[in-house]
Amino acid sequence: MKIYVLVKQVPNTTEMQVDKETGTLKRDGVETIINPDDLAALEEALQIKDSLGAHVTTITMGPKKAEGMLQELLGYGADEVVLLSDRVFAGSDTLATSTILSSYLKDKEYDLIIAGRQAIDGDTAQVGPQIAELLGINQITYVTDIVEVTEEKIIVDKETDDSIITLESSFPILLTMLSEANTPRYMNVKNIVDGFDKVISVVTNEDIKAPISKIGLKGSPTKVKKTFTKEATKKTDKQIVTPEQAVNIVLNALSPYRKGL
Amino acid sequence: MSKDLFVFIEDNNSIKDISLQLLSEAQRIKRQHSSHIDDVVALYLTSEDIDISTLYMHGADKVILVKNDLLSPYHTMIYAEVIKEVVDVYKPSILLIGGSITGRDLAPRVSAKLETGLTADTTHLTVEDETGLFLMTRPAFGGNINATIICDEKTPQMATVRNNVFEKEKFDLPVHEPINFTATISSKSNIKILKETPKPKNDIDITSAKIVVSGGRGVSDCFEALKGIAKYLDGEVGASRAVVDQHIASKEIQVGQTGTTVRPVIYFACGISGAIQHTAGMDKSELIIALNTDESAPIFDIADIGLVVNAKEVLPILQKRLEQIASSAN
Repeated sequence: MKIYVLVKQVPNTTEMQVDKETGTLKRDGVETIINPDDLAALEEALQIKDSLGAHVTTITMGPKKAEGMLQELLGYGADEVVLLSDRVFAGSDTLATSTILSSYLKDKEYDLIIAGRQAIDGDTAQVGPQIAELLGINQITYVTDIVEVTEEKIIVDKETDDSIITLESSFPILLTMLSEANTPRYMNVKNIVDGFDKVISVVTNEDIKAPISKIGLKGSPTKVKKTFTKEATKKTDKQIVTPEQAVNIVLNALSPYRKGL
Repeated sequence: MSKDLFVFIEDNNSIKDISLQLLSEAQRIKRQHSSHIDDVVALYLTSEDIDISTLYMHGADKVILVKNDLLSPYHTMIYAEVIKEVVDVYKPSILLIGGSITGRDLAPRVSAKLETGLTADTTHLTVEDETGLFLMTRPAFGGNINATIICDEKTPQMATVRNNVFEKEKFDLPVHEPINFTATISSKSNIKILKETPKPKNDIDITSAKIVVSGGRGVSDCFEALKGIAKYLDGEVGASRAVVDQHIASKEIQVGQTGTTVRPVIYFACGISGAIQHTAGMDKSELIIALNTDESAPIFDIADIGLVVNAKEVLPILQKRLEQIASSAN
């Protein structure tokens, strides 16, 4: 079985702060991490590899310095690690990114492509489904559990707004996973050591020939017109009070809205 | 290209609120920028005979109805194919899809199929009068920053919007016969539904509560106290992600980016620090009262009434006072 896992390296946005003076993001000291939903995707692929046997390849689009993170993916147990990196990819929005990734995948053999649902920097959840569309294959998003896998089919639980549905699909199929689906394993010393002998393939646009008009900043249909931080909207300054005072203030504030207070 | 604004309608036995919210917002945008938008058109794919008058009631000037047995249950590739067929004929300028789980499954697929731009989880939508461009604003970097996005070379300009970001409104537009559209569906599915388990529906729906009494880490060891307060105020209890992760509160009442968005009249935040991931889910509340021992907690940046005090000490006194008020009223 051949599995591709889409992995993104992201800044740890949960630790990020905004500089209140300048209104810009404080990026210094914010570590880059493997996107949590993608780690779950990798873990699912590795579990399938453990139970059924599979060749797991991770694909990352990113700058050259993402190579360090990719070494980690080998440490978890990926068989092969691919970095798509090229200056012409820079500034790509989700559709351009999906065009690049699907240009790489379109001539590969695969049964399963697993992606995380969304990245913690973009938060769009668009790349997985867009790749599926560009490859012309079906998708199941918001997968919470992979129930069963055989060489012929896969059964998954998927979350919808109102229910959990259990679906069966043949291959090829693209799945997007929630980070809640599993607990990623620790890196394994043997894998880490074996990983040093493995080659991280760096692929450029020379190799995949994605159409220039559809990639990079110029090829992206969505463009950022401006960015800004949310303004503080508080109407009064905070007050340091005793619990009794607090109760009075709260009841006072509530009284226009609640009879009898 | 027409100047119509299309809204995809989602249903599950009945038409979903998120779609009605989008129709209403679309109609509001049209009225403010009528030189750039002609009609708000509801696009409804279904296999059933459902009463569509609610669509006109909430902001649709027209309805395009695609009725086909293959449209139930929802299937990504089939829905994307049908939407492309409709869009190719009518060429709308804008297409909005609700950012529900289904919408976030469908919208990117449609955008790739139409080779156009999609902006996800927008919180503000408007038209730039000088250019007629649709301006779509969304949070990014985990909500730390906002970005205004445009899609100026491709159409339709697409955006998704999460539940409760906009309010539905009654417009009472005239009810017409829908435009019946016959789709030719060629997508074949390799996916079978084996089982469907409805998510347990609580009687609690915090999105409809007028008062939300919400607790975070600061009240994690007295979370139960919030229930008493909420009861006396006829409100509902909400929770931050911290207490949900600690299994003190259930996910159904989690307020925030990965939980639910609420817009109550009063949001009472007890022991909640106010990280972006939380405030994104409640900052449109009319009156925000915050209790926190930490003066630098970001909740105080958005609270209308900010009290630096220990919520744990306030709650029992507040409860007593509310009990007294209730019993003296009887």
